[in-house]
Amino acid sequence: MASAGRVVLVTGVSRDLGRKFARAAAADPDVSRVIGVDAVPPRGDMGDVSFVRADIRNPVIAKVIVKEDVDTVVHMSVISTPGSAGGRNTMKELNVIGTMQLLAACQKAPGLRALIVKSTTTVYGASSRDPAMFTEDMEPRRSARSGYAKDVAEVEGYVRGFARRRPDVRVAMLRAANVIGPGVTSPLTSYFRLPVIPTVLGHDARLQFLHERDLLDVLRHATHTDVSGTFNVAGDGLLMLSQAVRRLQRPSIGLPSFAVGNVGSVLRSARMADFSPEQTAFLTYGRGVDTTRMRTHLGFEPSYSTAEAFADFAAPLAATGGRTDRVLARLAERLPDPDAVPAVEGVDHG
Amino acid sequence: MADAEIIPIGTRGRPGRGTGTQPSSAARSLAPRSTPSKTAATPSGQPRPAAKAAPQPKPKPKQKPAAKAAPAPPVVEPSRAPTTTDVPTADGIPAADWLAAIQGAAAEVFGQDWEPQLARFLAFLRRRVAGSYRIDEYGFDQEITERFLMAALRPIAQKWFRIEVRGIENIPLDGGALVVSNHSGTIPVDGLMTMVSIHDEIGRFLRPLGADLVFKMPFVGSMARRSGATLACTEDAERMLSGGELVGVWPEGFKGIGKPYAERYKLQRFGRGGFVSAAVRTGVPIIPLSVVGAEEIYPLVGNVPSLARLLGVPYIPITPFFPLLGPLGLVPLPSKWLLEFGEPIRTDEFDAGAADDPMLVFNVTDQVRETIQQTLYSLLMKRQSVFR
Repeated sequence: MASAGRVVLVTGVSRDLGRKFARAAAADPDVSRVIGVDAVPPRGDMGDVSFVRADIRNPVIAKVIVKEDVDTVVHMSVISTPGSAGGRNTMKELNVIGTMQLLAACQKAPGLRALIVKSTTTVYGASSRDPAMFTEDMEPRRSARSGYAKDVAEVEGYVRGFARRRPDVRVAMLRAANVIGPGVTSPLTSYFRLPVIPTVLGHDARLQFLHERDLLDVLRHATHTDVSGTFNVAGDGLLMLSQAVRRLQRPSIGLPSFAVGNVGSVLRSARMADFSPEQTAFLTYGRGVDTTRMRTHLGFEPSYSTAEAFADFAAPLAATGGRTDRVLARLAERLPDPDAVPAVEGVDHG
Repeated sequence: MADAEIIPIGTRGRPGRGTGTQPSSAARSLAPRSTPSKTAATPSGQPRPAAKAAPQPKPKPKQKPAAKAAPAPPVVEPSRAPTTTDVPTADGIPAADWLAAIQGAAAEVFGQDWEPQLARFLAFLRRRVAGSYRIDEYGFDQEITERFLMAALRPIAQKWFRIEVRGIENIPLDGGALVVSNHSGTIPVDGLMTMVSIHDEIGRFLRPLGADLVFKMPFVGSMARRSGATLACTEDAERMLSGGELVGVWPEGFKGIGKPYAERYKLQRFGRGGFVSAAVRTGVPIIPLSVVGAEEIYPLVGNVPSLARLLGVPYIPITPFFPLLGPLGLVPLPSKWLLEFGEPIRTDEFDAGAADDPMLVFNVTDQVRETIQQTLYSLLMKRQSVFR
């Protein structure tokens, strides 16, 4: 598979993860050329990546693919939040129409060998009827009617259609759990960066994280191996939301579920956090995905567990609470402690 | 020994504390010298008239007797409460006394080696506060289940319901197994009691499968996940069973716990037999469990279907005590419980495609159901009465 002159096209390089992946791919000796595509120029250093300013929503992208003789396309430009792009309509257009155009271009490219799509576990939704761990074959219990989850479901549908029409192209779809890391900006990380974290009263979500470095690793791994199919990608183990908040040492405030929407829209208008309905559902019920296939078929092992990824994310954040812990710690110091009580900080449970 | 000094104990037959009108000899010797002189005018005055005389002059201010009654006590003091007069109240208690009291209390609670015990407890608290505990993929938090939930339920199981467990040897000590039980009691108390009984007998955690309503409800849902429950769906059941867990299932569901008292101990329909196909597919034994006693804890005599539909719950229970006595009606009746685990039904001998054979699944479902029903009847025959 790994021929000398591989040409990789990466979409969505204006955003952090896309740019980082493009740079990492360019550093790879197997890859001769990396082309980064986006509608807006990237903010950071692109290294050896040649940037092509092209909107994937218009057919120019097809010319780029054919002219540059691209053999691997890594599609990373499905965005979870409108953010700087504009409103929800723009976001939907970018996600769905962009993917359609990109896939149409891919279909016309004879030299194309592999398509890697970065999808998300959001596609499984979050509800009280969910099984504990979603495997790749499971459908969401309630198909998404709006928002990011619906976009992703549509994108995945188009990708499956593409895989049927071009059986000679290897298609790998990576459903990544919530990506987290010190430099990641996403609805979930901005939620955890709030000084006081609002939670849904009486519910405790099960969360699973993927460290950003693991995301880059798995994308690189997927471009190199010869595996096709859909894979859940997440760190080992789970954290409860309450547990995560306690590890952050930030105070949380439980809001009844009907009030969360209002607080969310206030926070959104204050540009502090993004509370979309599916985000609220996720923070209410949580979600777990089964990563057996990631290990057995894809042959990838994330280097960070969920807890470690979260600890890495939490490290630079200043604690705004945690007074109880400090009081207890002071009390524990006073006690002449004969037997070894397990140290709290050192232990990192998976 | 002969010349040992005999120290009398008690009041030597004279009226003692609280028995008569006179204070005891011990109390009299403790009384300070100065106080009798102040109220010498009323040595013969009985305490009762004195006590009555105090509120009599002021019958009008009814609402604030505490403020007005405050000056009255000195009159009653010498005869009423002489033992309390010599407590030093003005200076406060010295810090050393506080420390000693706390140490005494700690020794009382944690026993002789209270320091390591307290340190261990503090470490537990810090683990909870710092969030550095472990949960499994279903959200099961073993530490809080063992130290909080089980500890809270154990006295109820042992003292209130006096649960008697039979046939516990039918549960394998390791590996996957499916416990199938009848369901009753308006509120699924029987599930909790089964969990704590199995844990106390063999130290295994029963992982209950709950209806999706459980996980929809705030507090209940998060508590259920924390204590090891997960959604009753094929995926989760098979995942747990193949993971070697001891899984509990109540196939009657809401039909079972919400049935009227008149239909007690009559098993309802056992769903679609999904639990059987899950057990067959994973090859784990099915252990029928019959619970006697749970039917009587909240005798369901009525229902408010319209309100239930409005609230989106299967039923609104009316028991002889529930809405009538308010929260007091939520105290379950102390019926005597019997839990009998039956012979395991092996499922690993079936063919590969047996789980998809509806006839076989129905047959095994009926077999489990009949076993539980017959065991219920025989247990009811053995039971002396509901409460004994």
